[in-house]
Amino acid sequence: MVYTLSVNGKATRLDVEGEMPLLWALREVCDLPGTKFGCGIAQCGACTVLLDGVAVRSCQTPVASVGTGKVVTIEGVGASKHGKALQDAWVAGDVAQCGYCQAGQIMSAAALLAVTPAPSDSEIDAAMAGNLCRCATYPRIRAAIHAAAKGV
Amino acid sequence: MGIELNRRSVLTALAAAGGGLTLGFGPAARVLAAGATASKLNTYVTVHGDGRVTIMAQNPEIGQGVKTSIPQLVAEELDVDWSAVSIEQALADTAVYGRQVAGGSMATTLQYEPLRRMGATARAMLVAAAAARWGVPAGECTTAHGVVLHPASGRALGYGDVAADAAKLPVPDAASVRLKDPAAFAIIGKPLTGVDNRKLVTGVPLFGIDTRLPGMVYASFEKCPVFGGTIKSADLGKAKAIKGVIDIYVVPGNGNPAVTGLSAGVAIVADSWWTANRARDALAIVWDDGAMAGASSAGLAAKAAALAKLPPQQSVVSTTDFDAALAGAAKRVDAVYSYPYLAHAPMEPMNCTAQVSGGKVEIWAPTQNPEPGRAQVAAALGIAPADITIHMTRCGGGFGRRLTNEYMVEAAVIAAKAGRPVKLIWSREQDMQHSTYRPAGFHNLSAGIDASGKLTAWRNHFVSFGRDGKFAKSAQIAPGLFPDGFVENINIGASMQPTPLDTGFLRAPVSNAFGFVFQSFLDECAVAAGVDPLAYRRQILGAPRIVGEVKSGHAGLDTGRTRAVLDTVAKAAGWGRNVAPRSGLGIAFYYSHFGYFASVAEVKVADDGSVQVVKVWVAGDCGRQVVNPSGANNQIVGSTLDAINSTLNQAITVADGRVEQHNFDDYLLLRMPDAPPVEVTMVTSDNPPTGLGEPAYPPVPAAIGNAIFAATGVRVRSLPVDPALLKKV
Repeated sequence: MVYTLSVNGKATRLDVEGEMPLLWALREVCDLPGTKFGCGIAQCGACTVLLDGVAVRSCQTPVASVGTGKVVTIEGVGASKHGKALQDAWVAGDVAQCGYCQAGQIMSAAALLAVTPAPSDSEIDAAMAGNLCRCATYPRIRAAIHAAAKGV
Repeated sequence: MGIELNRRSVLTALAAAGGGLTLGFGPAARVLAAGATASKLNTYVTVHGDGRVTIMAQNPEIGQGVKTSIPQLVAEELDVDWSAVSIEQALADTAVYGRQVAGGSMATTLQYEPLRRMGATARAMLVAAAAARWGVPAGECTTAHGVVLHPASGRALGYGDVAADAAKLPVPDAASVRLKDPAAFAIIGKPLTGVDNRKLVTGVPLFGIDTRLPGMVYASFEKCPVFGGTIKSADLGKAKAIKGVIDIYVVPGNGNPAVTGLSAGVAIVADSWWTANRARDALAIVWDDGAMAGASSAGLAAKAAALAKLPPQQSVVSTTDFDAALAGAAKRVDAVYSYPYLAHAPMEPMNCTAQVSGGKVEIWAPTQNPEPGRAQVAAALGIAPADITIHMTRCGGGFGRRLTNEYMVEAAVIAAKAGRPVKLIWSREQDMQHSTYRPAGFHNLSAGIDASGKLTAWRNHFVSFGRDGKFAKSAQIAPGLFPDGFVENINIGASMQPTPLDTGFLRAPVSNAFGFVFQSFLDECAVAAGVDPLAYRRQILGAPRIVGEVKSGHAGLDTGRTRAVLDTVAKAAGWGRNVAPRSGLGIAFYYSHFGYFASVAEVKVADDGSVQVVKVWVAGDCGRQVVNPSGANNQIVGSTLDAINSTLNQAITVADGRVEQHNFDDYLLLRMPDAPPVEVTMVTSDNPPTGLGEPAYPPVPAAIGNAIFAATGVRVRSLPVDPALLKKV
């Protein structure tokens, strides 16, 4: 079936099965591999994207359910001031070790800053608890979110 | 401490395509020098005409930061600005680069000096070329920021201006070039941010799983859930009928999978990975579970307990009259310690992309150890190793899991049949159930303490895993491990039973488990002796000296360095201070990977027994120079948090021969709210710089267990920590 999704501000035509998770549609059909596969059961957050500004796990989001919702991925989040500030803070803070989960982390952080522009440590912890980092870069993620919040 | 550096140090100059200077180690570089101009891939350093410099990163990047830190060594001695440097990931080619392994925390240890010399030799040639052009002695010239200077005449030439001339000069003897005074370092020792950072935060494809080739299809591969199992029968009909499935077939396997990398299984090729993976659920396979069909964690523990009652199957080290010494001790401490299997579970699931055509294989693999994979692929396909190209992609975590290459062989075999590029991905469940696990282990310990509190005897009957007297991977015990060498009477023996799970190398292999056991039991001895745990450790370590011999890459334990990290961490943590009820401090040290580390953990144990690690202080000594303090801190903090998580939360268990855990819902990773602050203090000592990917891990589990004892009086002898044992009574 053909779906037209809004991905990073562009109308994107996809001929896929409706139950295909958005994750795989983004990675394999849209050629946007920045969104990562980690667990497939919404436990790790590596696949986090924004759907109408809300952080969702794209591995559990069927393409058919997206409708007219606006999808933003790590490839597009830099177009927003929070997204760009987060990316810059991540680079400056040398947050990444392996880096695999960091796209998902940034997407969750972008959703947080959109509603809570100056989050406390505990607000950050609560918002980021669904994003796993096997390298455990959590202290630097926290610091980078604070830095991005101040920088905007 | 002596570390043997057996890297080739012969440098060869050659003209790079485009007229620059490139330098490389080894025979392939000489081939290029002899006239082959096709490729710059087999070289380390290229100075371009515009003065920019490309440095090859030779090792797999798994998050340990070598893609940044190792090129820093070259750039420093080349005397260029870091901003003028680009890093390129090298292909897997041992003939050119030597060891290309992300393992053993060895990159800094092995490359600190050779790659500085690589940079310094290139600099010397650039200086010589400029001096020749000016007609002045090279000794009158200096360099700065990628420019050769002749201070006496005020002349200057950029590296790019003399690179072509330099490439024609003889290469100076690497041993003869002068290295910088560390006081003048501008790149080494600076906290530079990772070279891939911008790409990582903008979604640029870097990882193996991001590989995309024209005409590529996707594969999954279903294997027996029991290691060593094979297929009795398989009904593939339902799976084949799923829209998008292109091909599906039984792969018979290829001898012993532990050697060949290829298990029996069913390959599914589809137009998306979602479909290929989904089709696995529609398979109807009857497995022959093989020899390990009935294995269970309870059965393994029972067998281990039975073996512990018998004399050790093999003696590892023993002093004479040990039993008499133990029997004669004023006090005796006995305890059994155990820990479970662990999976690595890196965030990027196992995957590999392969293309086989015209007798050539091209592979894109997130691997920590490409060469054994090349050999396995060559054997599986009957293709010469030289006809296999391996691109080492960035790895989404390694932790030792990617030191084996099954996914590489599977992808290559499936791609050969497909006749088009194939990307194979394992599901998270497959990763969890087919890891190369940290082996479980059982230690039966006894210690003797004399009337003065001195530790006089130490016995360990280690019940581990193996076959026919040969330990499974990472399941061995060796002589020379602390406190061997520090106690008058020692007796180490081992027994083994077959492991139902393949074992392998997990971050700080062996040490990650032994640190917990030895440093916890040592604490029990301190308590029995009535001595403060820090003072007891200092007492046993004694005067600064090196205990144990230096052989085959293992150096003896330097008691001075150990005491320095202990004292440093104790001071940082405020050792001895009062803490709240059901809170406690615990201390431990461990020496591994040439790195000296000590940790203090502060814990708070709730009335229901749940443990909160409030903070961990770490002190480490990795020699006289930390190459990249930012990356180093990342590794130390990451190792510490990794160890906190495994101590409190992780176990791989077995039932019916199968791993019982499936995904991150039943095999937990640390989450942000549970990550305590980790405060790191580095101790500098005048020793060769060594690696930091692993050695911070081993002391942490014992520091936590010892802190729990201090908080509750309950000794943690089995991992993960069981809160039921810690309830307030």
